[in-house]
Amino acid sequence: MPTKTVTYAEAIREALREEMRKDPGVFLIGEDIGLYGGAFGVTQGLLEEFGEERVIDTPISESAIAGAAIGAALVGMRPVAEIMFCDFLTLCADQIVNQGAKMRFMFGGKAKVPFVLRTPMGSGTGAAGHHSGSLESWFTHIPGLKVVAPATPRDAKGLLKSAIQDNNPVLFFEHKLLYRTKDAIPEEEYYLPLGKGEIKREGRDITIIAYSIMVMRSLEAAKILAQESIEVEVIDLRSLRPLDEELMLQSVKKTNRAVVVYEPPQFGAFGAEMVSLLMEKAFDDLDAPVLRLGGEEMPPPYNPNLERRLVPQVEDIVNIVKQVLQ
Amino acid sequence: MLTQEEKLRMFYSMYLIRRFEESAEELYMAGKIWGTFHLYIGEEAVAVGACSALHPDDYITSTHRGHGHCLAKGADVKRMMAELMGKRTGYCLGLGGSMHIADVEKGNLGATGIVGSGIPIAVGAALGCKMQKNGKVVLCFFGDGAMNTGAFHEAVNLAAVLKLPVIFLCENNFYAMSFSVKKAFGIQDIAERAAGYGMPGVIVDGMDVLAVYEGVSEAVRRARNNGGPTLIEAKTYRFKGHSKSDKNVYRTKEEIKMWMERCPIKRLENHLLQEGIEAKVLDALKEKAEQEIQEAVRFGMESEELTLEEARRLVYAD
Repeated sequence: MPTKTVTYAEAIREALREEMRKDPGVFLIGEDIGLYGGAFGVTQGLLEEFGEERVIDTPISESAIAGAAIGAALVGMRPVAEIMFCDFLTLCADQIVNQGAKMRFMFGGKAKVPFVLRTPMGSGTGAAGHHSGSLESWFTHIPGLKVVAPATPRDAKGLLKSAIQDNNPVLFFEHKLLYRTKDAIPEEEYYLPLGKGEIKREGRDITIIAYSIMVMRSLEAAKILAQESIEVEVIDLRSLRPLDEELMLQSVKKTNRAVVVYEPPQFGAFGAEMVSLLMEKAFDDLDAPVLRLGGEEMPPPYNPNLERRLVPQVEDIVNIVKQVLQ
Repeated sequence: MLTQEEKLRMFYSMYLIRRFEESAEELYMAGKIWGTFHLYIGEEAVAVGACSALHPDDYITSTHRGHGHCLAKGADVKRMMAELMGKRTGYCLGLGGSMHIADVEKGNLGATGIVGSGIPIAVGAALGCKMQKNGKVVLCFFGDGAMNTGAFHEAVNLAAVLKLPVIFLCENNFYAMSFSVKKAFGIQDIAERAAGYGMPGVIVDGMDVLAVYEGVSEAVRRARNNGGPTLIEAKTYRFKGHSKSDKNVYRTKEEIKMWMERCPIKRLENHLLQEGIEAKVLDALKEKAEQEIQEAVRFGMESEELTLEEARRLVYAD
């Protein structure tokens, strides 16, 4: 299959462009997504192709953006909203959590709310306390929402295209440090299903379960560990809700050991739920306790050295793997 | 000009809402309906006047005090009552209850239990209508309390700058739960706020169905002709408490009595009698509404409930 090399940001833009060309009901709404091209440049060039009617710049009104996406979805559109930083999801949490997520159920299954909310996540850019969060865990706790967090350009494109065609609200978390990463993706159009993870590296000694940027760091760690003859299997969940339980359980059946790595503060995050799940469903396969490696219990610090220590780095992953194998 | 037939339809609708609410309260006292609800008694002219100004396929968004909006938009009384009873034959299969009744296919985009939260959704629906060029408008109901939420400001401003076909209809019943508008607003009339958003602000007498109809009709015309949104303040009053827990400590008996004397149903009844409609015509309509309510109660009581397995399947769409 012929491929081409694109960045994560370009892959997302391609997904938007293709779906907008295909379906006039797909439109973009958010802050500075038109002429400016989005705070991270993801929507650059889309205004020129689709016009102001379908690339809608709004005032700084997150609640109105999310609500507008929900309302338009209710009457048959497929909006893709952009919230400039995932920290700002707090400003529209009511619309997402109380309205978008619950509407279908509350209305007896008769409403459909197909919208995607794209938002950049993560630390590592020196943006400090209000622009560096990873809030994906919160939303995995809300029945009715789907939550996706891709690690590669190939996954980002295929998953976003599926998210846009999905008939449910989907929160699509894009890691800021991944926007410029490159990857070969198929020339031809393709979709990747939500709820299917992927083994990004095969190994027999231990399974690392991760998503988003932690997949990339886990792959780096796996390379280092391979030099010491430790064969790590890296699972990229890709989609947090729905979740590919089967992939995790099969992997642990083979490796008998697991570590879960994630960026949000360690306590009470989505990764902790993965540990719990393995305890319930894979206890007999385990030769060691499943450990988790999450972020520090502190708001994102500005100082670059402290910021680096906030979230798991490659060496932290190497260390925790060794700890489990001891 | 409204025909007599149309006015009689309004009368029927208002009376039906009143009797629906009274029956719901009786059923609640008798333990047949549980939870809580927010009665629309006293405010009937607003829902009926406003929905009469819409086409059947226009949209509305409703509030926690929404039974009247649903019925005025043409909801089936049986399915409304069944929903209040939590039955599978209800509009939301018993999953939504009083505060979440929706009928998306018929244009009712649903009620919300979060004050102000429906306003951004109405704006989104209006955006969808504008993009689809379907000629439809969205009528957004909310109360005076909602006007002090951030959602109101964000959504109304967005509708103004995008010039969307939406009508913001504030049912000012003078109290956000117990908090008086006198304490909650620094302005005399809520409609004044419209100027700050660059849209017309209109005050209508919410106890006069014909005045509401006129006011909303003009706003609907403007919205349909690409003239953008309007903020309408309908001054009205709820004769009952905020919800079932309300002890009415924040309003005087005199004030309540004064408003009850301005009953919107009596007012329309007198108007129709003056126009030469015979009393027996109105009595017949009342009797018909009575029967409809009784049938609805029977229907709700006899209906089954949803199972947990069925409910689980409704969280996500395929």
